[in-house]
Amino acid sequence: MATLTEAPPPPAPAAPEKAPPRRRGRRTPYWLLLPGILWLVVFFAAPMVYQASTSVQTGSLEEGYEVTWHFATYWDALSAYWPQFLRSVAYAASATVLCLLLGYPLAYLIAFRAGRWRNLIMILVIAPFFTSFLIRTLAWKTILADGGPVVDALGTLHVLDVTGRLGWTSGDRVLATPLAVVCGLTYNFLPFMILPLYTSLERIDGRLHEAAGDLYAKPSTVFRKVTFPLSMPGVVSGTLLTFIPATGDYVNASLLGSADTGMIGNVIQSQFLRVLDYPTAAALSFLLMAAILAMVTLYIRRSGTEELV
Amino acid sequence: MTTNPTKTRPDAADRGGDVRLAGIGKTYGSFTAVHPLDLTVARGSFFALLGASGCGKTTTLRMIAGLEEPSSGTVHLGDRDVTALPPYKRPVNTVFQSYALFPHLDIYENVAFGLRRRGIRSVKKQVGEMLDLVQLGEQARRKPHQLSGGQQQRVAVARALINHPEVLLLDEPLGALDLKLRRRMQLELKRIQTEVGITFVHVTHDQEEAMTMADRVAVMNAGRVEQLGAPADLYENPRTTFVANFLGTSNLVEAEVDTRGGGDVVVKAAGGKLVLPGARCSAPAQAGGRVLVGIRPEKITLTHADDAGSVPEGRNRITGTISNTSFIGVSTQYVVDCAACPEFEVYAQNIDRDPRLVPGADVVLHWDPAHTFGLDAGQSVLAGTTGEAGTAGDGAA
Amino acid sequence: MAFVTSLLNWFRRHLVVIAGLLTLAYLLLPNVVVTVFSFNKPNGRFNYEWQRFSTDAWKDPCGVAGLCGSLSLSLQIALWATLGATALGTAIAFALVRYRFRARGAINSLIFLPMAMPEVVMAASLLTLFLNMGARLGFWTVLIAHIMFCLSFVVTAVKARVMSMDPRLEQAAQDLYAGPFQTFVRVTLPIAAPGIAAGALLAFALSFDDFIITNFNAGSTVTFPMFVWGSAQRGTPVQINVVGTAMFVVAVLFVLASMAVGNRRTRRKA
Repeated sequence: MATLTEAPPPPAPAAPEKAPPRRRGRRTPYWLLLPGILWLVVFFAAPMVYQASTSVQTGSLEEGYEVTWHFATYWDALSAYWPQFLRSVAYAASATVLCLLLGYPLAYLIAFRAGRWRNLIMILVIAPFFTSFLIRTLAWKTILADGGPVVDALGTLHVLDVTGRLGWTSGDRVLATPLAVVCGLTYNFLPFMILPLYTSLERIDGRLHEAAGDLYAKPSTVFRKVTFPLSMPGVVSGTLLTFIPATGDYVNASLLGSADTGMIGNVIQSQFLRVLDYPTAAALSFLLMAAILAMVTLYIRRSGTEELV
Repeated sequence: MTTNPTKTRPDAADRGGDVRLAGIGKTYGSFTAVHPLDLTVARGSFFALLGASGCGKTTTLRMIAGLEEPSSGTVHLGDRDVTALPPYKRPVNTVFQSYALFPHLDIYENVAFGLRRRGIRSVKKQVGEMLDLVQLGEQARRKPHQLSGGQQQRVAVARALINHPEVLLLDEPLGALDLKLRRRMQLELKRIQTEVGITFVHVTHDQEEAMTMADRVAVMNAGRVEQLGAPADLYENPRTTFVANFLGTSNLVEAEVDTRGGGDVVVKAAGGKLVLPGARCSAPAQAGGRVLVGIRPEKITLTHADDAGSVPEGRNRITGTISNTSFIGVSTQYVVDCAACPEFEVYAQNIDRDPRLVPGADVVLHWDPAHTFGLDAGQSVLAGTTGEAGTAGDGAA
Repeated sequence: MAFVTSLLNWFRRHLVVIAGLLTLAYLLLPNVVVTVFSFNKPNGRFNYEWQRFSTDAWKDPCGVAGLCGSLSLSLQIALWATLGATALGTAIAFALVRYRFRARGAINSLIFLPMAMPEVVMAASLLTLFLNMGARLGFWTVLIAHIMFCLSFVVTAVKARVMSMDPRLEQAAQDLYAGPFQTFVRVTLPIAAPGIAAGALLAFALSFDDFIITNFNAGSTVTFPMFVWGSAQRGTPVQINVVGTAMFVVAVLFVLASMAVGNRRTRRKA
């Protein structure tokens, strides 16, 4: 750093991770960066390029593939699988909204109302992470089982009538319906919403609430005018952290859904691992990436204009 | 200055009345932050709560604001009991410590916040005038973090004042500013207070700040009000060792009461006799009892032992040896060792300096008995000095 | 009437707490189910319906073919992935915070993108790379993939810690006669240690629990999540719940213990 006073001439750089960061040597940062960045270039960036090229190849497994700039694969993939695309976005968006609605009170509770229980609740929020998420997702099969207490209660309360009319459930089942998939997605990504929300709420100076109250704001107005606007950074990163992985997820749709609830992840997975139609799979994956990048950029732009603190 | 066309200044000053705290106290579990206290702040006055950190002054202020629920007692504004009112329903506004400006709102919206919450539609004129009053008209569309500390402080004042509160509460409002700015803002706040005529209750740990600005000062220590009065009264006639030491510096000498009569108390200390007015003796002084005799360093005159004969009759006198001198500029501070008190402090104006007054010189200290005060000998001599703050829990503001 | 009003008032005042606790219940319900069903004795192959209490599975956690093998494989991969990602990620984090260099923006995006990419996209693209190179899918491809996606998280965790570090501390160390290496070992590293530890823990958890990327790149290698996935199709043995419960309990105990140690330390210091 420029502010450093003394800088002995660096001897030959040692093993990169051990290189003392105090040296002013011009090459030190590059030695530190090299292995990790190389790893990301080779195993993250290069595959993206390979995938793009695969998507415009034609051929078959037996005869091999060849780049033929066959862009029609994209069109074919899109026309065949647009319902899954739409479904992915719809399910992920619903799950994100649900996560926000469910997560906000809990994050608020931990940040402002938990007192000495704060650490314990925090642990309870993170602890489920330590059990394999597949096992926990399977548990929802039990919870939402046909004729189980949850489904019975929903039926008795006529909730299932309403959700059935909306097309979220069918008959007296919850399992294998869109509702079950969204419920699973919400559950799986809820902590990713709660943690950034908590971080940005916790950072709010408590005196701002007092100042707002002192300036004639009712508690609900304090929330609307001060707390919520100041928690926007958490809301933005929480929604991104929920929406992005939820869109590409295929585990919940596989375990809790049915053939009618397939998401784009399910298609990519089966095209790659079962059908072995690599060009179509690569095209779909590339489309998903492009779609998400576009949506995320747009979203950040929109929320960025509000000038977050 | 007034800004609100519907509420002219005299009107604003007429509203409400005295702030009356009756038996108000606050405990947290087994810790008593504020012992039940009674306090009346006259309408339109500038009142200061002074004390070291953790003495309960901020808690008292927050109970007036409604930000803290008192464990006992009531808060009255004029004839109205506001104890049960939440802060957003009290006609009281606060200038918070380090200001608590809303970081997501610009200066204009910060100042307009209270008006908007009360459903006032056209705020433009008022906010503009208020920003002009605090000389921040140009900065209206800036965010708080783009302003300097002094500017933020003025926004905080404007944001509170625009609501024409019956009482303005200031919680260490100048604590974050540097010394020079602090002096300027002290005068500025005093000017604004005189102009708007609103009752100001000011919390501070800076005795000089309290004395310059306030009409009346309550010195707090360990959750109790030690003494209450005009700054000059507190300074000239402290009633506890804490006040004597916390406000300025005092020389305290332990003495035995010799006689009491004719309005004066005569005490024996270190072989000599000292006289003090009975009215200035807050200790019960019976003959044979013990008192602490106090005298401010600047009231004392130093005379070289060779000239002892020239000291007029009727003055209290003590002899000693100069152990240390430091030259301050306007004055010279001497530390004198004497039998009655090991470290007697004396401040002498640098008018005519006696070149013989150097460390090692024998001197006579003498002063007008009328400046002497007497305190209960049952208290710690050191209470209120920096060494022993006299407060149990230091640290919490 | 007054009772109803005060009840409503109480409810309104505690609305946030009630809603928050309900969410917490929603988060924890599956763990409760997993634990309860680890004591089930199911009829048939699937452990989705409660039959009767039994501790059979707890007595014989490895009683299902392949389960404990997959568990140990997952632990190995997680361990190596943690080591690799922590070493590479810490170096990057130090370089990013402490040095100026060209292409900073590009490098920052390269680190950010893997976290902003759906796993299935990374998984699929990495698979096309391995297929194109003709690599044999298995332990090594999984390890490579895990290091790749854990790397960014380690960088983020360490960077946050190093950034909050006062650079004057290092200057002070140098002022007090510590050479560059001494400064790094005695001052920089100890202060950055909590960030590195946090990054490593995160990497371990991510790697151990990863399914989607592993699913694409494991070939016939079976990690623990892959085992669970497979059993979801073929039949879920109770032992899965036993492992899930044990992991939960061990993790919670670990956290509580480290908190207790931390508390004792701060108390002793005070």
